[in-house]
Order: sequence, then C-alpha cells, then structure tokens
Amino acid sequence: MNQQQNLWEFVVLQWDKLLSQTITHIGLTFASLLLAVLVGVPLGILISNKKKLANSVLGVAGVLQTIPSVALLGFMIPVFGIGTVPAVAVLFLYALLPIIRNTHTGITGVNESIRDAALGMGMTGRQILFQVEIPLAMPVMLAGIRTATVVNVGVATLAAYIAGGGLGEFIFGGIALNNTNMILAGAIPAALLAIFFDFLLSKIQLLTPDRLRKATLIFPTSLLILSSFYILPASEKSLLAGFEPEFMGRTDGYLGLKSKYGLKIPSVVISDAVMYKAAFEKELDVIGGYSTDGRLKAYNLTVLKDDKTIFPPYYAAPLVRNEVLQKHPELEQTLNLLAGVIDDSSMTDLNYRADILKQTPEEVASAFLKSKGLWRTPQDATGATIRIGCKIFGEQYILTEIYKMLIQGYTSLKVETKTGLGGTKICFDALTNNQIDLYPEYTGTGLLVILQPSPQEVDALISSREKVFEYVKMQFQKQYKLTWLKPIGFNNTYALMMRSAHARNLHIETISDLKNHIDTNE
Amino acid sequence: MIVAQNLTKYFNKAIAVKEVSFSVTEGENLVLLGTSGCGKTTTLRMINRLIEPSSGQVYVNGKSILNESPEILRRSMGYVLQNNGLFPHFTVAENIGVVPQLLGWDKKQTQKRTLELLDKLQLDAEKHFNSYPHQLSGGQQQRVGLARALAANPPILLMDEPFGALDPITRVKIRQEFLNLDELKRKTIILVTHDVEEAFEFDDKICLMDKGSIVQIGTPTELLFKPANDFIRNFLSHQRLLLEMKAVKLSHIWNTLENIDIQSFNNGPVINTDQSVWKVLELIGLNKATQVTIYDEKTKQKKAVSSSNILNSLSQHRAT
Repeated sequence: MNQQQNLWEFVVLQWDKLLSQTITHIGLTFASLLLAVLVGVPLGILISNKKKLANSVLGVAGVLQTIPSVALLGFMIPVFGIGTVPAVAVLFLYALLPIIRNTHTGITGVNESIRDAALGMGMTGRQILFQVEIPLAMPVMLAGIRTATVVNVGVATLAAYIAGGGLGEFIFGGIALNNTNMILAGAIPAALLAIFFDFLLSKIQLLTPDRLRKATLIFPTSLLILSSFYILPASEKSLLAGFEPEFMGRTDGYLGLKSKYGLKIPSVVISDAVMYKAAFEKELDVIGGYSTDGRLKAYNLTVLKDDKTIFPPYYAAPLVRNEVLQKHPELEQTLNLLAGVIDDSSMTDLNYRADILKQTPEEVASAFLKSKGLWRTPQDATGATIRIGCKIFGEQYILTEIYKMLIQGYTSLKVETKTGLGGTKICFDALTNNQIDLYPEYTGTGLLVILQPSPQEVDALISSREKVFEYVKMQFQKQYKLTWLKPIGFNNTYALMMRSAHARNLHIETISDLKNHIDTNE
Repeated sequence: MIVAQNLTKYFNKAIAVKEVSFSVTEGENLVLLGTSGCGKTTTLRMINRLIEPSSGQVYVNGKSILNESPEILRRSMGYVLQNNGLFPHFTVAENIGVVPQLLGWDKKQTQKRTLELLDKLQLDAEKHFNSYPHQLSGGQQQRVGLARALAANPPILLMDEPFGALDPITRVKIRQEFLNLDELKRKTIILVTHDVEEAFEFDDKICLMDKGSIVQIGTPTELLFKPANDFIRNFLSHQRLLLEMKAVKLSHIWNTLENIDIQSFNNGPVINTDQSVWKVLELIGLNKATQVTIYDEKTKQKKAVSSSNILNSLSQHRAT
C-alpha cells in the first residue's frame, strides 16, 4: 500500500517528465515503424515472386533480429552518433523482419486459384497486386505490423542509453538508483503502451473486408501523426546536456543542479559509456561525469568550478564486510598498502591508460604496482577465497585488479573478481547479502545514495571530506557492519564538464556562469 | 470463330499438348473431354493466354490472339473456374462487376447488369447483392462465378470444369439451369470436363483428348457409333447404354419405330422427335404410362409407341 502511494507521489511529482517521455516513446516507436512499413512492405511484395531473393532478404533481416539490441545501438553510434537518429535506426531494423516476412507470407499465401481467376478476368499485374493480393494479405501484414509495434515499444526503452529519450530514462535511472518507483513509473506506461497498441491493432485485424479497406486508409495517416510525436529534446541554439541515469536522480547530481543553482538546461539521458565521446563530438555541450575519468584528458574537456559545492569531494576506499576482516586479519593490512598511494592525477592517468590507450586493467594495475615498488609475484594460494566486486566503469576495474594483485602477492588467500555490477545499489546489495566481500566505494556515494541523511545533516557535513568520511565510516559500522578502510588518496566526485574551447568562447568557468549564460540566452 | 492450329505446349521438355487443331464456329459449343493429365485444361488456357503455347496459333475472328495484349483478350472472354475462383474480399455484386469495372463501365450500367444476371441465375438480389462469397452455398457460388463470366457480355465463354467442385445432385441441377439459359445459347463456349455424361449433355461437338493429342472430334452420336479407334470405344464403354439413350434422338430412330395404336393417339403424353431416347423413357416412367405419342415436325406424323418399341429401335440403330 505504502509502495503504491509512493509511486503515485512520484508520478505526480514527475508528471511533466513522464508525459514528455511517453510522447517521445510513442514517437520513437511509430517513426521507426513508419519507416519499416515504407521499406518492409514494398520489399516484401518485391520478393514475393522471387524465391532466391526472398531467401536472402529474409535471411539478412533475420540475422539483424538476432543481434542483441544493446549491441545494435552500439554499432549505430559510430555511424549516426547519439540521440534520435541511431535510436530510430535500431528500432527500424528490428521492425523490419516481421513486416517483410508477413508481407511475403501474406502475398504468397493468396490462393493460386484466386490469382488465376484475377488473371483470367483480365487484370494486369498491378491490378492483381492492389485489388486482390494486398487486400487478401492485409490481415497477415497487419499481424506483422502488430508484432513489430509491440517489439518496438519494448526496444524503444533502450533508446535512453544513447540520449534517444523515452520511458527508458525512468527505467534505467530507477535501476541505477534502485528506485522502484522510478522503474515502475517508466515500466508501467511502457507495458500499457504495448498492450494498448496490441489491442488496437488486433481490432483492425478482425475488421470485415469493406471496413478494412477504410481502415487501410486511416492506418498510414494515424501512423504519420503518431510518429510526429517525436519532438527533438534539443533546439539548435541552446546548449544540450547529457547525464547518465544515476546522475539524473542524485542530490549531488541533476537534482542539486536544479535546486541549488536553478540550472534549467535541456538534457538527455545517456549511458556513461558514450557520454564523453558525444561531448567531444559536439553532440552534447555539457555532461555530468567523474572528475578522475581518463576521457576528460583524452577529449580535452574542462571541469566547471562547483562554486556552490553541490558535488562534495569523495574519498575512494575499500568497503569490506567486518566478518571477512575478522577471519583474515592479514587482509586489512594488505588492502591498506594502497592507502594514500594514488592521488588525483595518477588516478586520472590510470583511467586514461585504460579508456583511451586501451590497455587492459591487468596491464594498468601491474605496471602501476611495479612503478610504486609494491608488486610481488603471486603466492601459492591455499587459503579461503576473497570475492572482490566492482561497478561497471573503468576506474573500478583497475582498482579491483590492483587489490587482486596485492592480495595474491602478500597473502595466501585466493581471489575471485565479480566485475561489472551495475550501479551503486547493486554492488552494495551484493556486499550486504554476502555475495562479495569487498568493493571500492566513494564516501559521497555512501552518504547520498545509501545513508540518505536529512538535508540539514548533509549541509553540515558536505564541506569537509574528512567529516563525510568519519560520518560514513561510523554509520556503516553501526547500520550494516561494514568497514571503510583507509582512503586510497584520490577524490572522485561528480563534475560538470564542457569542451575546453567551447567553455572558453562562452566565458564559462563556473556552474553559475553556465546558468547565467543559459538564462540570458533564453 | 475460334481456330486453333497445331497448338503445342512443353513444360520443361515434357510434352503436355501436341499439335492440337480444331475450329469452333459462332454459337457452337466445343467440349474438351478426357481423363486428367490429357492436356484439355492446358489447351483451354492457351486460348485466353493464361498459358503461352510453345508453338502453334489461335485465331479469334481471323486475328491471331498473340498480337493482342493478354489482358484485353481475357476481358473479351468469359472465364469460369472449377473452384469458382471468386474474390473472397469482394461482395457478390463486386465480384460480378469485376470485368465491367476493368472495361470502365459506369456504375449504373454495371449495377443494372448485375441485377439482371442475379435474376437470370435465380439468385435473390436483395439478399445476396452485398453478401460475401463465403456466405453462399457451393451452388450459389458457382452461379455467381458464371454471372461474373457473363457480366460484360463476352461472345466467348471458357469453362474449366465448371461443375467439378459440386456434389452430384447440385451438379445436375445447376447444369440443367445453365443449359436452359438464353444467354448461353448465343455464346461460343469451350468447356473442359472429364465427365462423359456432362459432355454428352452439351450435345454439340466433343473433342476427346488423350496424352496431349486429339483422338476424335465429333458429335456424341459420331463418337458412339463411329468411334475412330478402340480407345474411344473403351472410354465410352462402361456408360454406353446411358450415353446412347442420351445421344440418340427420336428422329434418328423414327423410321424403325412401329406404330402400335393408330386410333388412340390421345392415350398417354406427347413428345417431339427432337428429344432423346432418354427423355422419352423418362417421360414414360414419370407418367407411369404404357405408351407415348411421338410427333415428327418434318413429316407432320404421329406414332404411338411403348418403351419396348423404343428400345427395339435403339438396338436396330446400333446395329446399322
């Protein structure tokens, strides 16, 4: 009951966003569907009397269908960049197969004696196609369009990964923040859309032939109208921001930008993996990234000064279950070998090696340990197994590798890594549920995402990273029986970034500058 | 009117129709008769160019059909298919109006013609005008199929086993209706069938085919009494008596008929000599009569006969 009230509150609060996401979602679905119908139906007709061509066309369309949708999105980025175009392109490819195949099946399924009669009456090939074959194939063709629509409503959620918008913004944001209401606010409308359009098309399919003829006229018209729902989130003039789903929902992220700075910037949701590149390629102007990310250096991005301190400085430190520390006292010592060793610039450098120079996390980790004289060849592992987890971005992979090498070199414990554990909450839940024994975490994240104290408490703490560390350490010990070991040294915090040249041209140095720029140019 | 000259068709080197030639004059019926695979349907479909001949020619009114566009040609020939081939998404009226629509008739004219045909073919216009084919019985569907073929008044009608899909009782009934249609009497009809009885009922020229070639062209009596070879004799053998009764007219046996009762012509029903032996026996059976009066137009004479008289004369006729 409580859950539902909360969901309702969330929906009321985010009503405008939900509406625009839904409209974008419908637009995405039908713009791509329209394209797929425009291409797929003629193609299906074309191949219906060419058997060899039919096999190869259906084969290619079938292979396209088997490519995982996220991978297909990835393939589209080098070609179309981010945003609308690649999202529509991917959905178009997915919708193509059912439409081509059903058109082909429908047309070839027309009874031979009816085709014969049409010929015998003196119809031309074109007349047979339009007066006999297409009307008779229509129910099967509509079934294909129906399948494509339902598939598209589902796949369109993934558009949020590449700034394509739609209900995926809530769904992936909700997953990243473990915010069930947010997930449901995206998932329920998406499911309802699928059910609604499926129902609508099933009704059209059941129409009698004469009504179907009228419906055939209405159908393309409504398709056009629905696809025009896709209003582009950005206009040409103003700046466009891109934020990853977790950033969108955090007080030290988008919410803070809105409340503390009053920043009103048109924004899209995009996956961390492509965000920096998109900024570099001028598809985005402002992004919310990590201050130590290697791509900052590679793409020549500038961090805007956080003049109202909404991004607290975060220590990074290993977060370990108490039980493991008690069982293996040598572990704490070993993990603390890294305490204070990596400063900001060396972390950025390590990230740069992995993200840009494409060195593997193992290479980066071992080279680093050697340079610091900490490297030891692994001992024969005879003891218990330590499971190290990590979140799904580069820095965490490198830290995990470093810890793994240290444990293997300095103790006789076995090490197992469980990498790529989605967002903060997934990693944290894995730890508290005894699925992993430790992972590198940031104090700010621990404070704002997991502990979530009152705004007054946050305000009192946030100016000092030492205070944050002490508070978080104490609370985690008390609430979760987890220990924060000594900080590694560097700070990782969220930051707003722009292309250096762009920021210089617009004379933007701080986030307040950015806000003023947007306000005056509106 | 229709002349086929040395029509030959190969399908992938296998010969389907070999050197078929025939001519059909205006208003005449030609029945292409034979077992399945004999090439009769292929021959028919070469006349409206649904199949292009490998060699040979077809002339309609002296003009080669190969010089005309196939669509235009087909619109001038009615075509009735075995499984009626009605368009399931068209109403009865739309089905009948297909060819007029292709020919660009105006809507009123098409509607008038459709109503006329529905009436002639004993279909309830009010009930069926806007029905879809699946709402009709098999016999009604076949009637609509014929109406569609007749709609644009084509001088030629091609019929491919038009009654083949019907049950035996409906088949006989609809065939009788068709044979009695005024419109059909003026048409040049080429009909394909494997049913010998049906071929004989059309009572015109029969072209018996086997293995792609014509075995004999002739009237039913010619096939029965002057068969070109043993194939024809065998082909007709197991229904022979029935076929003879249907093919032989009273006029053929008029001379050998014995008048058994000169005085009392008013005893029993009267029948003309242009009727078949089958008809007169049917008449006797139906009326439970012992004798009938036969009237010959040519000689203006009457003869009173019994069924045994008629059968006697038939066997004499067979012997000659």
